[in-house]
Amino acid sequence: MTGPPSDTPESPAPGRKNPRRRAAVAVALGALLLTGCQLPTFGAYKGATTQARSTFHLWQGFFITGLIVGGFTLLLITWAIFRYRRRKGGSDEMPVQTQYHTLTEITYTVLPILIVFGLFAATVLVENKVTAVEPNPYTKIHVYAFQWGWEFEYSNGVKIIGQTTDAPTMVVPTGETVQIRLDSYDVLHGFYVPEFNFSRYASPGYSTYFDFNVLHDGVYRGQCTQLCGLYHSLMFFNVRSVSPSAYTTWLRVTDAYQRSHPSSIGQLPADLHANQNGSVPSYSGNTGNSGNSGSGNTGNSGGALYGD
Amino acid sequence: MTDVIAPPVEAPPVETHEPTEPHPPPQVPGDGHEPHGGGHEDHGPTGILKWLTSTDHKVIGLSYMITSIVIFYISGIMAMIMRLQLTSPHSSLLSFAQFNALFTMHGSLMLYLFAGPFAFGGLANFIVPLQIGAPDMAYPRLNALSYWLYLSGSITMLMGFFVAGGAAQFGWVAYAPLSSATSSPGAGPDLFLMGIALTGFSAIFTGVNLCGTIFYLRAPGMTMFRMPIFTWNMLVTAILILIAFPVLTAAVVMLFADRHFGTHIYTAVGCHLVNGLPMRSCGSPLLWQNLFWFFGHPEVYILALPFFGIVTDVLPVFSRKPVFGYKGMVFATMAIAALSTGVWAHHMFTTGAVLLPFFSFLSLLIAVPTGIKFFNWIGTMWHGQLTFATPMLFCLGFLFAFLMGGVTGIMLASPPIDFATHDTYFVVAHFHQVLFGTAVFAGFAGVYYWYPKMFGRMLRESLGKWHFWLMFIGFWVTFMPQYVLGLLGMPRRVASYPSNLGWQSYNIVSTVGAFLIAAGFAFLLVNFVVSWRNPIPAGDNPWDGHTLEWATTSPPPHHNFTHLPPIRSERPTWDYNHPDALTVPHGKDAHNGHANGKVKETV
Repeated sequence: MTGPPSDTPESPAPGRKNPRRRAAVAVALGALLLTGCQLPTFGAYKGATTQARSTFHLWQGFFITGLIVGGFTLLLITWAIFRYRRRKGGSDEMPVQTQYHTLTEITYTVLPILIVFGLFAATVLVENKVTAVEPNPYTKIHVYAFQWGWEFEYSNGVKIIGQTTDAPTMVVPTGETVQIRLDSYDVLHGFYVPEFNFSRYASPGYSTYFDFNVLHDGVYRGQCTQLCGLYHSLMFFNVRSVSPSAYTTWLRVTDAYQRSHPSSIGQLPADLHANQNGSVPSYSGNTGNSGNSGSGNTGNSGGALYGD
Repeated sequence: MTDVIAPPVEAPPVETHEPTEPHPPPQVPGDGHEPHGGGHEDHGPTGILKWLTSTDHKVIGLSYMITSIVIFYISGIMAMIMRLQLTSPHSSLLSFAQFNALFTMHGSLMLYLFAGPFAFGGLANFIVPLQIGAPDMAYPRLNALSYWLYLSGSITMLMGFFVAGGAAQFGWVAYAPLSSATSSPGAGPDLFLMGIALTGFSAIFTGVNLCGTIFYLRAPGMTMFRMPIFTWNMLVTAILILIAFPVLTAAVVMLFADRHFGTHIYTAVGCHLVNGLPMRSCGSPLLWQNLFWFFGHPEVYILALPFFGIVTDVLPVFSRKPVFGYKGMVFATMAIAALSTGVWAHHMFTTGAVLLPFFSFLSLLIAVPTGIKFFNWIGTMWHGQLTFATPMLFCLGFLFAFLMGGVTGIMLASPPIDFATHDTYFVVAHFHQVLFGTAVFAGFAGVYYWYPKMFGRMLRESLGKWHFWLMFIGFWVTFMPQYVLGLLGMPRRVASYPSNLGWQSYNIVSTVGAFLIAAGFAFLLVNFVVSWRNPIPAGDNPWDGHTLEWATTSPPPHHNFTHLPPIRSERPTWDYNHPDALTVPHGKDAHNGHANGKVKETV
């Protein structure tokens, strides 16, 4: 048997590490998984973090299960419609008035229960991985959501703030564990990065924590998903992943800059890594007063930021 | 007026092995040009005064249905406007505030004011007493009160559009603290909350009424396990209403107190001040979500079970077979209801504040009884003799729609997949497929199926088929692209979206589909008008129905029945009309054919 599909060679497939997990996933996916390791994505992102990859494989498993079960049911319905339709000129004989068939009924009660157990087992394994929080992450970022923007506060005091058309960019180290502590200043918001296959509410008065490990350098667009009032549609942000060394440099330079310019708002040192990825616009950030905009990153902040 | 118990029943023969002589059909077809049934004496006032003062369950049921269908059309128009807005990334058709108000009211109207009241206030009110051989609902005046509370609640909610600041803009779920006085000031939100409170009481009273009716007003012979599945489902729905709606009403009252009396039940004021840890005295926005979804998820099944019941009544009639696995169907309904009270937090997976495995497992488990229902529906058609009148088409449309919505529902029951798709268009597509499948496909199957009973006239089959096919095609064209949009990461409840992400084309396709659906519903209106201008008389039993409502005139007389056929199975009218084709209880007897079919004795 082959393990869960790994679509790109450089991605650590979650199943490889743990035979127990691999077995459980295989139970859930059934025989179809055994036939190949290049499954389609079924419309979902493959995932830009290790956690997202796990979710992606779970998605594939659920999709295939859904295809099999749904397809089978669809087939039965369609067959019944065509096979048992009253035909023109056909016999008008009364159908047999059957009401029960105990064995059939037991079968279609027990089989779904078994499928549910399989799906649940796979769910729990992936869910534990996705929601796991490391005691000693590489870096911690405190994210505050507010109407209608984001504030990213690093442990050394660096703050990146931006709102609506002036989307802020969170810089993170590639491959390392980033721990987010998520809070809200006012109403509910949703921290959502599509390519991370993950979202989490930012609730006022209730902090939540989650980890991610970005697989590749790049810029990943994020957006608020939970309705938060008038400009909910415009509450964008970006996550930019750079090498750990570049991240450390960026953090140090930005920190020094923000300390030496306490009154200057919205000005960051020159983009340190623009040359690494030509398509990436400069990250923006207003320090201090979030109400001030018009500087930093202008335009194009919402889109075209896929880090392929 | 309802001290009257069921009218006298023909003495049931004791030995029921071989019904001897086929009886003549219980009723002669009515005169189509005279839609008043039966030639019995009239009761009470007529005309507008009848509609205003009647406590007859049929009049109240029709009032409910007409009101809720008007609301359905209003809400549908809102959906069309929103779909138009989304055809372009930065459309200026609507302002953000207008868009937010529209989707809030679209959802609220559809869920609070259409789907539920249409089912348990409209159809159930009209049909349940007929199906169990009762002369009326158990508490007719309470029934009238329900309707008038519902109507005033609906008007209250709609009035939001006419006050300064406009209607509520925080979504139909009214999540705290966005729904607080600080974040959503103005009279619109208050009218929204009052509308919910009024319709909430209306629903509770209807739930009480349905329970009383079903428990106490069944005709002699109508044991619990001979009730039609629609009535069974309405009973379970009524119990769910009694579980869920008081919670909602109480939660709404507390929210109102937060907004006006300075309570801080759902606010987190000051919570941030103590080193990020919640202060002991601060309220909890999450409490609102827990209370709301403790109502909200049973509500989902309050909006689904009645429509499952319609399908379970219609499929056998157009397959000329009894419903397959009757008892399994009843227990599946109960299982769904029981599970539905323990899955509310699957709407809250992404709060990070709920026990994921518990709610995930129970949510997945709901697939089992739902699957049983599915296979029972297929089993009902199996070896049947299917004809495809409009009600049957709508039921088949329901099967396809609900299958797709159900499969994606299983995906969303898995927290990691929910993390990836929560609050995106994937969820929008999922719940529209589920709710459109139930409330619209199955709901309008019920309209086409029972319209002849309600008015004594047929709807036109050709117009009905136009309605169905436009809606069926439009349904897939509308919602399948929304799954893709969701997987691409388009959040729900956005009035604009970035133009460079390739979302526009999917949105345009979705909008085209939505207008196909709207065109289908134009045919329904035409159908109503045509049937009113040029009535085709329906007769008492145009579909060769199985259940008791087809044993009386169309429309039924004031207290429903002048006489009843004997009730010896769950389809007395069928037994009466086809005494040589009684139910074969078990599959293994099938080879004996109908000649040896035995009447089931379950007393």
